[in-house]
Amino acid sequence: MKYYDKLIFELSKKGRVGYSLPAACTKCKGTDSIPANLLRSKAAELPEVSEMDVVRHYTNLSQMNFGVDTGFYPLGSCTMKYNPKINEEIAAMPAFAGLHPLQKDLKGVDAVYEGMDKALAAITGMKHFTFKPCAGAHGELTGLMIIREYHMSRGDYKRTRIIVPDSAHGTNPASAAVCGLDVVVVKSNANGLVDVEDLKPLLDDTIAGIMMTNPNTLGLFEKDIREIASLVHAAGGLLYYDGANMNPLIGTVRPGDMGFDVMHLNLHKSFSTPHGGGGPGSGPVGVCEKLVPFLGVNVSGFNGNFGVILRAYAYILMLGRENVKMCGKLATLGANYIKESLKDCYKLPIESVCKHEFVFDGLINDGACEGKEGAATLDVAKRLLDYGYHAPTIYFPLLFHQAIMIEPTETESKETLDGFIEVMRKIAAEAAQDPDILHGAPHNTPISRPDETTAARNPILKIQDECVC
Amino acid sequence: MAGFQYFPQTSDDIRAMLDRIGVNSLDDLYADVPADCLYKGEYDLPDAMTEQQVRDFFEGLAAKNPKLKVFAGAGAYDHYTPAVIPYITQRSEFITAYTPYQCEISQGTLRYIFEYQSMICTMTGMDVSNASMYDGPTAAAESMRMMVAQAKKRNTVLVSNTILPQVRGVIATYAKYAGITIKEIKAENGQTSKAALEALIAEGDVAGAIVPSINRFGIIENLEGMADALHVDKALMTIYCDPSALAVLKTPAEWGADIAVGDGQPLGIPLCYGGPYVGFMACTKEHMRKLPGRIVGETRDKEGRRAFVLTLQAREQHIRREKATSNICSNESLMALWVTVYLSLMGPEGMKQVNDLCYQRSHYLYKKLLETGKFEAVFTGAPFLKEFVLKPLVPVAKLQKKLSDAGFFGALETEDGYVSFCVTEKRSYEDIDELVKVI
Repeated sequence: MKYYDKLIFELSKKGRVGYSLPAACTKCKGTDSIPANLLRSKAAELPEVSEMDVVRHYTNLSQMNFGVDTGFYPLGSCTMKYNPKINEEIAAMPAFAGLHPLQKDLKGVDAVYEGMDKALAAITGMKHFTFKPCAGAHGELTGLMIIREYHMSRGDYKRTRIIVPDSAHGTNPASAAVCGLDVVVVKSNANGLVDVEDLKPLLDDTIAGIMMTNPNTLGLFEKDIREIASLVHAAGGLLYYDGANMNPLIGTVRPGDMGFDVMHLNLHKSFSTPHGGGGPGSGPVGVCEKLVPFLGVNVSGFNGNFGVILRAYAYILMLGRENVKMCGKLATLGANYIKESLKDCYKLPIESVCKHEFVFDGLINDGACEGKEGAATLDVAKRLLDYGYHAPTIYFPLLFHQAIMIEPTETESKETLDGFIEVMRKIAAEAAQDPDILHGAPHNTPISRPDETTAARNPILKIQDECVC
Repeated sequence: MAGFQYFPQTSDDIRAMLDRIGVNSLDDLYADVPADCLYKGEYDLPDAMTEQQVRDFFEGLAAKNPKLKVFAGAGAYDHYTPAVIPYITQRSEFITAYTPYQCEISQGTLRYIFEYQSMICTMTGMDVSNASMYDGPTAAAESMRMMVAQAKKRNTVLVSNTILPQVRGVIATYAKYAGITIKEIKAENGQTSKAALEALIAEGDVAGAIVPSINRFGIIENLEGMADALHVDKALMTIYCDPSALAVLKTPAEWGADIAVGDGQPLGIPLCYGGPYVGFMACTKEHMRKLPGRIVGETRDKEGRRAFVLTLQAREQHIRREKATSNICSNESLMALWVTVYLSLMGPEGMKQVNDLCYQRSHYLYKKLLETGKFEAVFTGAPFLKEFVLKPLVPVAKLQKKLSDAGFFGALETEDGYVSFCVTEKRSYEDIDELVKVI
């Protein structure tokens, strides 16, 4: 990776063009004939650059980026698995990419939605899916709306509270708030699982349901799930499954069989579609039979992120009945392998078989000594960048102060995991010897640690702000 | 186990890894899962396909979709996509990265988002843009939440009837669960009625209003005085706009809006049956800290080099959790790159030309369609840019059938019984003449 300092605006030179368009008709009226009071007073300040300027600029930018294709990306809860290239080819086919969203009688498109609905139902044990949500959090919101619709359809209007474990993804309580639900937090017990005894007194007739992530964000399977499901159902509530952690269950466990009523999937996690630097994703929501009438909740403009759905379908067809059974198991194998190989250097707060991911609570020996601060999780993460790895998710879940959350996925080889383990051990040794090596990291990246405080205090959020010094 | 190209583990690898873990089999890794939760049946999925079979399968499906020339808009516009865009956005380093949590190895993503924010700001005239939303309709719904959040005690948002139906639909969904009251501002001669707006403001409780720049009839609205009417009452104004058209039209900032939202799709994003697109959302400096979603800011690294980071994150759900004003997390980053590359290539001149071409060609079709005698003008004299409605004098279903049989998609029926047409720079005069001949 190489530092490159330009912004596209800085390449601009008046008179340069990067487009190829037919000439406008010179005899006809153009936009100048629109009444002047409806026109902007001065042109937008867009760059004027040639086609190659654009290609070089963005190629240079890309070279300051790290992706799954660059190297190992063990970002916990994000399931950074390999993104197969055939998926891209399918999504780019003009016969799909050129379709207007309001076109009717598209048998080829219908077959994609039907095929995906059937496949996801088979994998999850749900009855049917809606494909309108554009991301995981959007799916959560949609699922919660479905839960509310269900209760309201029964005249049960007082169910406006939702139970969320303290280990939940941050989007859970946020989605609940956006859906007009009040969040009730249920605690985790010493084993990192939802405390059933803490849950019981919360279950009254104002509870709309519970949002669960299973395996949870510590990577632990909520083994009391059947009891929890019975308790919540007996109290008249519904169970929502946060599909962000579905990957280890693919081919082994189905949310429907655990007692969940509604769930979302992140096609950009479990179903191999690229994360795109933070989207586009797709968050289809599946429901059990009695909730099918409420699947029509209208949450986005057209038919969801069709291009993403196409990619996921191609992946499922490659996986097929034969390979699906190995998907979750191999992801789980990799996570346990790393955990067992590092737990003598990093604090493992809960000793247990994990699923696709696990959480360390910082270094065992952070190198702290008189007059010298020890190496924190942030420092370990930054040092990993020097060695050519993406960092794990850090400081989440909030249950541990020095959380390091590692998720390898099934698409990484033993050699890759061994390389990562070796580097993590080396970093632990460096910390024990001299934590300042970690404090100063990263050293080999396009930029060093930036000043985030100034960025927030004196926000420069666009090129035009730069000049206001 | 037969080899599968996405799973690199050999059986020896699996054995060695199990040994390190100290268990005998892969199934033992699920020993903590209650037996009645384990799925023992066969998965009802097709047999695994080879890559060539997948290709053939989708080509088979693709062949079942009729290929039509698009003369429809209604929120999705068939503009030209320069070849450079898919080439750049397909680069591994962009497409296989995730949210730029580790800024030292994500400067590529962070820089293009900063450029994107800059471009959205110059197009809309607003001070601050976020890093993207899912699509236009959800961006509009988020603006509704934002206006209510800043108004504190007020709970009503006014939405113009002239906004696209799918935008009004998503706003209504979000409003229902948030307990926000939506009141519709009536249309008058195909435009948001200022008198109706003022009457609704007078009823009280108004946190803000959402009105369109170009509306669902294709008309360029005159929003004169609306911002003042709202601001006098301490209410806010959101303008829903087509960002391509903003290259020539009066900006939301010039109309006095507090928030600008819309869909970035007209900026060269393929129709793709409705997505992925990208919503955009920008506001005045005053409301910056209420803006949902991610925002990239500029700073310096330890060596003093220009660097970019996610900033103002205190607003986001991973810190505020149940107090969050929005739940958006993953957005449409790669589509923001798409739009950024598009606007870089087009520049101010290209954007002007796109709009001129749309204007000329749509007006040509408008005139030709009226000459057929099969339509009546509806909003005579109202200025339009690329989309317009007519009153059909023939049955709409028949008309649509005739068009699709001839290879065209157009004459979408509106909720008022009109039909709409849209012409972009991709449609030639020959295409237009042929469409008219079919009618």
